[in-house]
Amino acid sequence: MSTPRTLFEKVWDNHVVVDSDPALLYVDLHLVHEVTSPQAFAGLEASGRPVRRPDLTVATVDHGIPTTGRTLGIRDPLSKKQVDALVENCRKNHITFFGIDDPRQGIVHVVGPEQGLTQPGLLIVCGDSHTSTHGAFGALAFGIGTTEVEHVLATQTIWQARPQTMAVEVEGALPWGVAAKDLILGIIAQIGVSGGTRHVIEYRGQAVRDLSMEQRMTVCNMSIEGGARAGMIAPDETTFRYVEGRPFAPKRADWDAAVAAWEGLVTDPGASFDRVEVLDAAKLVPHVSWGVNPAQTVPVTGRVPSPDSYDDPQQRDAAVRALEYMALRPGTAISDIRIDHVFLGSCTNGRIEDLRAAAKVVEGRKVDSRVNAVVVPGSMQVKAQAEAEGLADIFEDAGFSWRDAGCSSCLAMNPDVIPSGERCASTSNRNYEGRQGRGARTHLVSPAMAAAAAVSGHFVDVRDWESR
Amino acid sequence: MRPVKTITGTMVPLDRADVDTDQIIPQQFLKRIERDGYGEFLFYNWAHTDDGSPSSDFVINDPTRRQAKVLVAGPNFGCGSSREHAPWAIQQWGFEAVITPSAADIFRNNSGYVGLLIVELSAEAVHQLMELARDPRAEVTIDLETQTVAAEGIEEHFDFDPTSKDRLLRGLDGIGVTLTHGDVIAAHEAGRASWLPTAVG
Repeated sequence: MSTPRTLFEKVWDNHVVVDSDPALLYVDLHLVHEVTSPQAFAGLEASGRPVRRPDLTVATVDHGIPTTGRTLGIRDPLSKKQVDALVENCRKNHITFFGIDDPRQGIVHVVGPEQGLTQPGLLIVCGDSHTSTHGAFGALAFGIGTTEVEHVLATQTIWQARPQTMAVEVEGALPWGVAAKDLILGIIAQIGVSGGTRHVIEYRGQAVRDLSMEQRMTVCNMSIEGGARAGMIAPDETTFRYVEGRPFAPKRADWDAAVAAWEGLVTDPGASFDRVEVLDAAKLVPHVSWGVNPAQTVPVTGRVPSPDSYDDPQQRDAAVRALEYMALRPGTAISDIRIDHVFLGSCTNGRIEDLRAAAKVVEGRKVDSRVNAVVVPGSMQVKAQAEAEGLADIFEDAGFSWRDAGCSSCLAMNPDVIPSGERCASTSNRNYEGRQGRGARTHLVSPAMAAAAAVSGHFVDVRDWESR
Repeated sequence: MRPVKTITGTMVPLDRADVDTDQIIPQQFLKRIERDGYGEFLFYNWAHTDDGSPSSDFVINDPTRRQAKVLVAGPNFGCGSSREHAPWAIQQWGFEAVITPSAADIFRNNSGYVGLLIVELSAEAVHQLMELARDPRAEVTIDLETQTVAAEGIEEHFDFDPTSKDRLLRGLDGIGVTLTHGDVIAAHEAGRASWLPTAVG
C-alpha cells in the first residue's frame, strides 16, 4: 500500500521535474493577460529565448480594456499600448489569443474554464493572483509575478516551495439565500487574511460537494484573500459534466482516459493535512464587508464593529484606519449604509449563475434613483448567454448599465473608476483602499445582495426579499 | 541581476499590518510596459494628498529618510495582487530589503527574483527594529550569507530558502539556472499524457 496522499499532494507529485525544495514543476497551462506580461516578453526578446510551448499558452485582454464603446478603440494611450504589445507578442510567438473583438474574450479566469482549457489535475499559472479560481476543478493553480511569467514562457516550468496543506471542512448545507460568496467570506473571517499563507487549501465537506462549478470557482477564487497559495476542490461528477463538450475538453477516447485519471484525484482516506479548519454551513448568513480587507466583514443583520472589539493592537489600529477611510461609525447598522454604486461582475462573481441570481432579485424592480448600477459580464460568452436568456433585458429595464466583458471596476484600471468618497456595493474580491479608485469605498457582497442594494439604495438582507 | 550579499543602511518604519500591493503601487501605475520608473509611485495614495502633492506626515516623505535602504513593515506585507510592480517600486525608490514578521507568498517570490531581500523576523524583533527606526539615523545590517540581522541591541537569525539564497548571492539569472535542467524538463514533457489539453484550435 502506498502512503495515503491528499489531492494537492497527488497533483504536485505529478508535476515534479526536479525534486528539491523549492521543486521545479511542469506547467500544463499558462494564461496570459496584457498587464503582467509585456516586460516578460521583452525579457525573452532581449535574451533571445523562444516561447517553449506556445501550445500550452493562452492569452486574452481583460484588466485595462473599456467596457463601453469598443468599436471606437481604446482611448487611454497607455492601456492601448499594453494591449497592442500583447497582440504583437502573441502574433510573433504563435500564442492563441482571444482579442478585444473575439467572441471568446473575457476575464482570463472566466475564459479558461468556459473554453474547457481548465481541467482537473492540471498545473495552471497566470500573472494574476486570482488564478486560484481554477482550483475549483481540482487543478493546482496559482498566481505568479512577471519574472515568473518570463520563466514559464521560456521553460514551461516554475520553482515552488512546497506549501503546507490545510483542509477547510464545511459541514451541513448552505441555508436558503446564502451564496458561495458568503461561504468564502465566512471562511476568510475565520482564518484571517493571512491564515492561508504558505498553504494550499482543500475545501471539503457536504456543503462544498453540493456547490455547482461556478459556485466552487467563487470559493476558490478568493483563496488568495485568505493568503493561501491556492485553493482546490476534488473533481467529481459535477466537474466532469461541466467540462464535457467544451471546445478544448478531451474528446472521445481521450475523454474516457481523462476521466479515468481524474477520478483518482481525491484525498485518500487516512491522508493528513497540516491544518484543519471546520465550519458549519448552517450558521452562515449573507455577509457585507465594512472595512478595507476581505476579513473585515459582518452579517448583513449586524453593525459596524468598534475597534475596541479587537484584542490585537495592530488589528485595532487597522480598524481605526479602516473606519476613517470608509467614513463609517462603529455601531451603525449595515442596513443603514447608503450606497452610490453597484458593480456586478469580476472573476469572482461575473458568471452566468451570478447574473441569474442578481436578475432574479431585480426582475420587475427599479434601481434606486441615486444609484449608478452596472453589470459587467465576466466574458463575452457570458454576455451572449445572458442576452439569450433575457437577463440583459431585466437588468436594462431596471436601470442597470449593460457592458462588455472585462475586469472593469474590480480594480479600476479601465475607465470604470468609482469616484473618490463614493460608496460601491461590489461583487468583486478586494475592498482595499483605492482598489476601485482613489478614495472609493468598497463593500463586498454576493450578486443577489448587490442587486437588492441597487434597488434599495442601501444594504438589505436579501433573504427578506427572495420568495422561496 | 546584481548579487545581494550585505545591506547596511537606515530604515523606514511602516507600522501597519496587511499592507497590500494595491497600497504599495496603485493600479493606475500598472499601465506601462517598461520595467523601471515605478519608484516615484511607491505608496502613492498614502504619500500624496487628493491634489497630488506630497503628504508631509507620511513616513517615506520625511526628507531625513530619503537615503534609507530598509523598509520595516508589519505582518502579511505584500498581500493581494501578484503585481511584480510592487517589489519594483520598493526597489526603485531605493530600498534594498524589507523586514517584516511575514510576507505574502507571491510578493516574497517576486521579490526574490528581482533581488529585493525579504527578511522575516519574529514580531518582537520587528517591533524592536520599528522602535529603533524612530531615529532616522539608526542603521541596520542584513547579512544574507550568515542570515543575520544586526542593529543596536539586536542580533537575529532569519530563515531563508537555500536555492533563492544561492541565486541572490551569485546574482544568477533564474531562467539560465533552470535551463541547466533541460534534459529532465524534456523527459517529463515526453511522458505527459496525450489527452492533456493544448491551446491549438
